[in-house]
Amino acid sequence: MKSFALFKKDISSELRTRYAINALAMFIIVTLSIILFSIGNERISQSLTGGLFWVIIFFTSMSGLSRVFVSEEERGTSLTLQLIATPSTVFSGKLLFNLILVFAMNTVIAILYSALFEAFILRNFALFLVSFILGNIGLAFASTIIAAIISKAGAKGTLYPVLSFPILLPLILTSLQLTLFAMDGTSFETAKFELMIVVCYDVIILTVSYMLFDFIWKE
Amino acid sequence: MIWKIFLFLLLCFVSIAGISFPIVENPQAWYEFPLIKGLEQNAKIIFFHVPTSWITVVAFFMTAIYSFKYLRKKNLDDDAKSYAAAQLGIIFCILATVTGSVWAKFAWGSFWSWDPRQTSIFALLLIYGAWFALRSSIESEEKRATLSSVYAIIAFVTVPFFIFIMPRIMTGLHPGSADDTNAGPVVDFKMNANMQLIFFLSLIGFTILYFWMWRLGYKSIIYRDKLNKQIIRG
Amino acid sequence: MSEYSLTAELVNKTYGRRLIFSGINFKLNFSTIFGISGPNGSGKSTLVKIIANLISPSSGKLVHNLDGTEIKSEQLHNHIGLVSPYLVLYDEFTAYENLNYFSEIRGIPFNKRKIDNLLNKFLLFNRKDDLVKTYSSGMKQRLKFIFGLMHSPQLLILDEPTSNLDDEGKEVVYELVKEEGTKNIVVIASNEKTDLSLCNEIIDLNNYK
Repeated sequence: MKSFALFKKDISSELRTRYAINALAMFIIVTLSIILFSIGNERISQSLTGGLFWVIIFFTSMSGLSRVFVSEEERGTSLTLQLIATPSTVFSGKLLFNLILVFAMNTVIAILYSALFEAFILRNFALFLVSFILGNIGLAFASTIIAAIISKAGAKGTLYPVLSFPILLPLILTSLQLTLFAMDGTSFETAKFELMIVVCYDVIILTVSYMLFDFIWKE
Repeated sequence: MIWKIFLFLLLCFVSIAGISFPIVENPQAWYEFPLIKGLEQNAKIIFFHVPTSWITVVAFFMTAIYSFKYLRKKNLDDDAKSYAAAQLGIIFCILATVTGSVWAKFAWGSFWSWDPRQTSIFALLLIYGAWFALRSSIESEEKRATLSSVYAIIAFVTVPFFIFIMPRIMTGLHPGSADDTNAGPVVDFKMNANMQLIFFLSLIGFTILYFWMWRLGYKSIIYRDKLNKQIIRG
Repeated sequence: MSEYSLTAELVNKTYGRRLIFSGINFKLNFSTIFGISGPNGSGKSTLVKIIANLISPSSGKLVHNLDGTEIKSEQLHNHIGLVSPYLVLYDEFTAYENLNYFSEIRGIPFNKRKIDNLLNKFLLFNRKDDLVKTYSSGMKQRLKFIFGLMHSPQLLILDEPTSNLDDEGKEVVYELVKEEGTKNIVVIASNEKTDLSLCNEIIDLNNYK
C-alpha cells in the first residue's frame, strides 16, 4: 500500500539518522528531571500528578510531532513527494508515522512516570488503557494536521505549540479527567460520557483533517 | 446616516439604563430592576458581558464561514471578510473575558477559577491569537489566506466541544451550568419585563454595531489592497 | 501506443503583485519536443511547475489528456516525470533504496530490469548502493533522470537538463530526449542553445510579459 510505503520510508529514515528519537528521548528525560527537581520532597496530590502527566505528554508531542512535515519541507523533498503521491497518500503515511511515534513516546512516558511518581496509581487500569489509546489517537490526528500547516509557514518551531494548544485543549481536558477517573478507580459506566467525547473528537478531527489537507499541501 | 444615529442613541440608552437603573427588592417604577438571588447588584453586567460574549462567538462563526468560502472560490475578498470578522472577534473576546472576570470577582470571589465557560472563552482567545500569529508568519497572500482558513475551520470544529459539552460534564460556577440550581434560566424567569427589554436592546445594539464595524473593516481592507496593487502596476 | 496531449489556454501567473507571465497558449501532442526559453528569472521554472501540476495558474487552464479523456489532478503524477535543479532526493538512502521507495509510494511495482537498464544508461550502476549523500552534483542530476523516467511517463519535463553534466552525460541526455521525443511529449526549459536545438517548437517567455 502506498501510504504504508511512505510510512516505511519515514521509519527507516528515522532509524538510520535517529534525529527525532534521540531528541525526544532526551526531552522526556530532561522534562521529567526538571519536574522531579522542582517538586523535591513534597508530596503532590493525585490530581496534580495526573495533570503533570498530561503536561509532559503535551510538551513532548510539541517537540517531536512536527518533524514529519517540517523535515520534508526544509530539505525540499516536499516537492518530490508531490510528484509521486496524492495528498491523501502523503497524509495517511505521515499520520501513521505520527501515530506510532505518539504511542511509543507516551508509553515510555507512562512507564517512567508510574515508576517515578508514587501518587500515580491506576486503580482502574482498563479505563486508563482505553483512554490512553483513544487520547493518543486524537493527539496524533490533531498534531499531524497542525504540523502540516506550520510546515508551510515561517517561524515553525514557536508556532507549533501556539497553534496546537487551542485545538488540543478539549482532548487534553477530557483525557485528564479520564486519567483522574482511572486513578480514582471510577467505573467505565461513569466515565462513559467522557470516553464518548474523546471518540467524537478523534472522528471529527480525522474527517476534517483529510478534507482540509489537500488545500494545505498543494500550493 | 439615520440608522447610525439610531444605533448611537440605542447604545447610549442601553449603557445608561444598564448602569444607572437601580436594583430593588420589589420593582415598582418602570426603571427599576428586580433583585435576582445569587446575582444581586452585579446583575447589571449582564447587559454588557453577555452581548460581548455573543458577538465574539458570532464573529468566530463568520471567520469560519468566510474561510470556508475562500477555500471554495479562492477569492481574496472572502479572506478580507474573514480577517475583519476576526479582528472584531478578538476585541470582543478580550472584552468578554475582562467583563467576565470582573463579574467573577464580585460574584464568586476571584477573578479566575477555570469554570468551563471561562475556560472556553479563554480557549477562544487563544484560537484568535494563534490565528493572527499564523497569519503574520506568512508572506504570500494566497498562502496566508489558505493556511489561516484551514486553521479557522479546524478551530471551529473544536468549539462545540467547549460550548456544549464541557459545561455539561464539569461542574461550574456560571449561571446555567450543570450544578447551578439557583440562577437557572435567568433570562426567562428571573428578569422582569424591563430588564428583559434592556437586555435584548443591548444584544441587538451590539450586534448591529458589530455588523457595521465588520462591513467597514472588510471594505477598507479590500480598497487598501486594490490601491496597493494599482500603485505597483501603474 | 497511448496518445497524450497537453493544452494550455490563457495561462497567467502572478505572485502577489508581480506578474510572471500571461496569455500562454499552446497545444502539444505526443511525439513533440517543446522548448521554453527566457532569461533567468523570466518564469521558466514557474511554468514548468504549472505544467507538472505542482502549482496552479492564477488564471487560465492547463489540460492533460490521455487518449482523448482528461486526466484528473489526483492521477496526473504517474503520467509526469520531472527533472529539475530544485528536485531533491533522500540523501540518507542509497540510489537503489530511493528508487525502490519511490516505486512503492507511486504504487507501481519495482521493475528491477528496467531500473538496472536506466542505471546502466546513466552510468550509475556501480554506485547504485552508495548513499546519495556521497554523490557528486553530476551524479545526482543523472539519478534525477532515472527518477523521472522509471515510471515511463508520457510527459517528460526537463528544467535545465544538462546542468552539472559533463559532455558524456550531456550526450546521454540528448539521446534520451530524441528517443522519448518520438513517442511522448518532452518539455525542455533551458537557456542553453544546444538544449533548445532539439526542440521542434519553442516559446520565449519574454514575449508573455
